[in-house]
Amino acid sequence: MSDIGFVRADLVPAKPAPNRTSGAMAWAQKNLFATPVDTILTLLGLLFLTWIVPPLFNFFIGHAVGPNGTVEECRAIDAGACWAYIYSEMEFFIYGFYDIPQQWRPNIVFALGAMLFVPLLIPKAPFKRVNAILFLVVYPVVSYFLLAGGVFGLTEIPTEKWGGLLVTLIISVVGITLSFPLGIILALGRQSNLPVIKTLCIAFIELIRAVPLITILFMASIMLPLFMPQGTTVDKFLRALVGVTLFTSAYMAEVVRGGLQAIPRGQYEAGASLGLGYWQRMYFIILPQALKHVIPGIVNNFISLFKDTSLVYIVGMKDLLEAVKTKNDSALEWQSANTATTGYLFAAMVFWVFCFSMSRYSMYMERRLNTGYKR
Amino acid sequence: MQKTLVTIAVAASLSLGATAAHAAILDDVKAKGYVQCGVTGGVPGFSAPDSNNVWTGLEVDYCRALAAAIFNDAEAVRYTSLTSQERFTALSAGEIDVLSRTTTWTMSRDTQLGISFVGTMFYDGQGFMVRKADGIKSALDLSGAAICIESGTTTELNAADYFAANNMEFNTVVFVDQDEVVKAYEDGRCDVYTTDSSALAAERSKFAVPDDHIILPEIISKEPLGPVVRAGDTGWFNIARWTYYALLEAEELGVTSTNVDEMLGSDNPAIKRLLGVEGDFGTPLGLTKDWAYQIIKLVGNYAETYDRNVGPSTPIGLARGLNALWKDGGIQYAPPIR
Repeated sequence: MSDIGFVRADLVPAKPAPNRTSGAMAWAQKNLFATPVDTILTLLGLLFLTWIVPPLFNFFIGHAVGPNGTVEECRAIDAGACWAYIYSEMEFFIYGFYDIPQQWRPNIVFALGAMLFVPLLIPKAPFKRVNAILFLVVYPVVSYFLLAGGVFGLTEIPTEKWGGLLVTLIISVVGITLSFPLGIILALGRQSNLPVIKTLCIAFIELIRAVPLITILFMASIMLPLFMPQGTTVDKFLRALVGVTLFTSAYMAEVVRGGLQAIPRGQYEAGASLGLGYWQRMYFIILPQALKHVIPGIVNNFISLFKDTSLVYIVGMKDLLEAVKTKNDSALEWQSANTATTGYLFAAMVFWVFCFSMSRYSMYMERRLNTGYKR
Repeated sequence: MQKTLVTIAVAASLSLGATAAHAAILDDVKAKGYVQCGVTGGVPGFSAPDSNNVWTGLEVDYCRALAAAIFNDAEAVRYTSLTSQERFTALSAGEIDVLSRTTTWTMSRDTQLGISFVGTMFYDGQGFMVRKADGIKSALDLSGAAICIESGTTTELNAADYFAANNMEFNTVVFVDQDEVVKAYEDGRCDVYTTDSSALAAERSKFAVPDDHIILPEIISKEPLGPVVRAGDTGWFNIARWTYYALLEAEELGVTSTNVDEMLGSDNPAIKRLLGVEGDFGTPLGLTKDWAYQIIKLVGNYAETYDRNVGPSTPIGLARGLNALWKDGGIQYAPPIR
């Protein structure tokens, strides 16, 4: 044993404190200025923002003319968005030609719709079954009589007068609620073993998918009246509604079929071996799994349907976008350099709010239903 | 078996069509209680929503006049907004009773589509707009100037013809969309903007400073715009036509919506006949004796509706020009009511 040893007699001199690892500075250093390239990119980004943000801010808010402004303010050389125009023409954008004293009727329809629809979206809300029946069966009937009138002492308002957001919402809500079940039935039909059903479904899906929506609307609006005996006319609004629904259901069918094909054969056989009939098997075992897989695809379809509603301008109907366009062209008392731009911006914002909400809700649903595959 | 079924179906639809075609449009209109009128999607001055979201315009007033003559109620009209592609189908399929939608009267339309033009509510024609600062006074000065034009339209062909006929250099900047054309002109990408003069006036009113632009006096094409009805129903055609003539006749005789009640006591036989005080010209049309009185009372005469919708005091600001009465230097002319 040697006596060579090392015993430290004094403390190691303190090192400088490490660079900060938390806080704003540290975050900035790590994410924005980590390398010279990052630093250059960050600076370029900041430059871009200082270039783009102030004019945007000025256009939307800073120099914009508020709801109570006048057209003279909108015509000023440096004026921004003309929100006064939107505010003044709001009724047309929401209701179209719907008689102004009767606009409480669509308002009730909007309110009822929100009251019945929102609880359906919230998983924890009670009375789902009653709620669904009210929304899917009672609500459409009530809404129709309220909007069209002609009964119970309500003035008749023909569908030619409906317009704006009202039309956009009716077409998209009816299209969505009808095309979803129709699409499921078509998808199941396409996988059916019964040759007649299978052929019919395939023929329908392939035919509809092979033509653009514009063509279908055009056909419904221009060709159909020529085939029918003179004097029998089907309401133009109804024709567009049917056209949009059939079109979306064909796409929906293919999305659902994708989900059905993801279900292993064993699931079908397991259902059969439990003694379940075809519809029970589909309802309890196959569809709940299949639909869960294809939520993004389904919502994709809904969103594109919502945006496609603006194509009904082809058949002379005034959805939100067309209502805005009509006023842009015809509201001469509001003409200024930014009037039309503001109108289109307004339409874009409304569309964005609806589509973005749908997309967020679908992400929430995916997370909630993602029980079997959570990692 | 199948063949017989098809035959029956065809025969049935044919006979249905036949019966429907024989029923007079006037009876159908009276039965439903309103006139279904096809209009544009929104052309200011002609048919467009006003600030109360009610259809207004020269062509809308024609439909209101028709309703006034039939129902003594100018509001008994329902409007169908139609695109230019579907307008004639909607008319021949019976979805609308009358089409009053900036439709140019041409021979092929009149003779080949199963429709009949009633008259010319508005004589339009292609014109040129230039910036006042450029100092151009006539379309003949436009040789070599950059012309903003919508592609694939008769506008383009008319302009090419005009320039060729006058030995001028034709230099175009072509766009697909009307809005783009206007934007390009506004941004100074071209010196001239050409389209129908009524549209020129409407677009001009939208510019920041409308007075910086002038519309040149030359009109280089004929665009007679007028109401259209289905062919084959002479009774309905006559009602549509004489409603238009009544508007003109009232202006010629100086009968307006404000003085029409005084005019009932007029000694002028022409006014007496127009207002149904003397003779009965309404019953042969299937209307009442005071049909024209109702039109004038509820809608006004041609001058009133013109001035209200497109005249010099409106933002559109169109002078009467060709649309003045024949005795005022225009070509609006109504046959006598007698």
